[in-house]
Amino acid sequence: MQNWLERQVPKVVLAPTFAAILIFVYGFIGWTAWVSLTNSKLMPRYDLVGFGQYTKLFATPRWDTAMNNLFIFGALFIIISMVLGLLLAIFLDQKIRTEGAIRTIFLYPMALSMIVTGTAWKWILNPGLGIEAMVRGWGYENFTFDWLINPDMAIYTIVLAGVWQSSGFVMALFLAGLRSVDGEIIKAAQVDGIPTHRIYTAIIIPSMAPIFLSAFIVLSHLAIKSFDLVIALTGGGPGYATDLPATYMYAMAFSRGNLGQAASSAMIMMAVVFAIVVPYLYSELRAKHD
Amino acid sequence: MKMKNLFVASTALSIAALPVLADPQAEVLHWWTSGSEAKSVAVLQEEFAERGGTWTDMPVAGGGGDAAMTALRARVLSGNAPTAVQLKGPAIQEWYEEGVLADISDVAEQQGWADVLPDQLAEHMKCDGHWCAAPVNVHRVNWIWANKAILDQNGVEMPTTWEEFNAASDKLQEAGITPLAHGGQSWQDATLFEAVVLGHGAEFYQSALIDLDPEALDSETMVEVFDEMRTLRGYVDDNFSGRDWNLATAMVMNGEAAFQIMGDWAKGEFLAAGKVPGEDFLCGATPGDGYLYNVDSFAMFDVGGDEDKVAGQNLLAELIVGPSFQETFNLNKGSIPVRSDVSLDDFDMCAHISAEDMAKDAASGSLLPSYAHGMALRGEPAGAITDVVTAHFNSDMSSQDAVQMLTEAVANAM
Repeated sequence: MQNWLERQVPKVVLAPTFAAILIFVYGFIGWTAWVSLTNSKLMPRYDLVGFGQYTKLFATPRWDTAMNNLFIFGALFIIISMVLGLLLAIFLDQKIRTEGAIRTIFLYPMALSMIVTGTAWKWILNPGLGIEAMVRGWGYENFTFDWLINPDMAIYTIVLAGVWQSSGFVMALFLAGLRSVDGEIIKAAQVDGIPTHRIYTAIIIPSMAPIFLSAFIVLSHLAIKSFDLVIALTGGGPGYATDLPATYMYAMAFSRGNLGQAASSAMIMMAVVFAIVVPYLYSELRAKHD
Repeated sequence: MKMKNLFVASTALSIAALPVLADPQAEVLHWWTSGSEAKSVAVLQEEFAERGGTWTDMPVAGGGGDAAMTALRARVLSGNAPTAVQLKGPAIQEWYEEGVLADISDVAEQQGWADVLPDQLAEHMKCDGHWCAAPVNVHRVNWIWANKAILDQNGVEMPTTWEEFNAASDKLQEAGITPLAHGGQSWQDATLFEAVVLGHGAEFYQSALIDLDPEALDSETMVEVFDEMRTLRGYVDDNFSGRDWNLATAMVMNGEAAFQIMGDWAKGEFLAAGKVPGEDFLCGATPGDGYLYNVDSFAMFDVGGDEDKVAGQNLLAELIVGPSFQETFNLNKGSIPVRSDVSLDDFDMCAHISAEDMAKDAASGSLLPSYAHGMALRGEPAGAITDVVTAHFNSDMSSQDAVQMLTEAVANAM
């Protein structure tokens, strides 16, 4: 009897959470998929009409821009944040005296909301108020730094603000990783006379593979769900030059009264997330079996 | 059976004859939350309370009403729609098609709305022939606002054609003044665009932006429209991206720019700053004949036969279109009354021009709904056009490419 109870109690305790996840995550994914196959406008309608919404979606130049921006922003944001974060972590790992203070300074941007980051950078990058006006004020009249209002460059201002916000956090992750590497191995390498940069590239960094993976997953989900930063920094503009899939979906669902179209864009966003997460889960689960 | 009919009929009669029995209640969803707007709504609330009604206010902040529409959707989905909702243009018909709007024809007929509202505007308030919304005001969208001092100093007249506008702007630009104050938000780009389209003829506007005729969209005239948009882009300062419309108005007010093309809510900004029309600032229609209107209105939602709420809707509709509210509200808001029989004595010069032009253009068929402000088209095609306009305005796209993109986008949104 006691054994039976011990086996059943965890199931009973987990059942409500499990049911909630089943409905509120998978149920709603299914619901969105259904709506994406309908002609829903202001309100959801449930008569299926096929893949018309997806055809429209891919014929829309604005969606192309949004997807391109996602790849530009996602790739640059992830790569630059990881490289910068790793470099900062390695420098901080050199047993310097003020490490605590410096670590706090670099980590601090993560404590800000993306809205705050976006608004602050909007002022810094505004040609009439920020860097451009300042440098011109110093007498360099021809200095131009107008990325924010240049449709071809505006997406890079979002990368800039995103990297500024997240690289400190990546640094903290990597720093923890560096500290977890076995000191004995490093000492042994030093005794053998291997130069420091070789110790990093050949021993320490390879042993941090799981940390790289975690940082990658965290950053890529930040990139895909990125919405607040764009809204605060550029409002999707100039024109729709800095639209991301998330802002596109919001515009369709809430400003344009076009739920079907919004649902189809949401499904494509989910497909992008799956393309990243599924290989990760697969590798994780396989590692356990081996 | 006959007895039952008789009973129903007599009950209905007694209810109609004794409206005092019902206790008028209204829950009103709106997004008039700025200073002058909130003051205007308060006028309505007072009148409503004076007539024995209970008003439940449901303001949802956020200009443009996106947030309010989201709240509305949640309420309708849960089967508990507000009594009256601020809605306008084809959105009224879109909600009607979802089967959630109520019929207020009784009040409309009793109050003789058909006699006092211009036919064209009245059409927007009807769903399948019966009345389902009450109009509040008329905003004219195609205005040019100008700083009088700047124009005088540079010997520039208020332009009446786009050529004159361009010539005046070139002259101002040489004098080191930003000719056109503009904010780089897509709806502001669309406001410029529709004014330029109207400048190429009311018929062209009708076929391009209302009927969405592919021939008009893919025409030489449309290429000229985009050429003019490119010229206008040259008159805007470099720092316009993401600027709010009222900051652009402030530029004209403070002498940093000469003109702004914006609806008459801009007048509210001038007046609030104590400026006098004709002395500090000038108002004039954009080049070309025609009047683009933006009519705010309240649509009544189906309340499932709840007598108190139906009485509330009827009272609300009666008050909104009533002459006293029309006058007070529009004096606050900067627009003009939608009724043709309200005295304009207390209104300013620009409102008089607006009312005269409205009467004239209604007669000549050039009284037209604004596309940029959601009066002419449903959300999807309107959004598709705005996307092209704003993409063209904010890049170096050629006019031919823009026209081609416009034609494709509209076809895709149908």
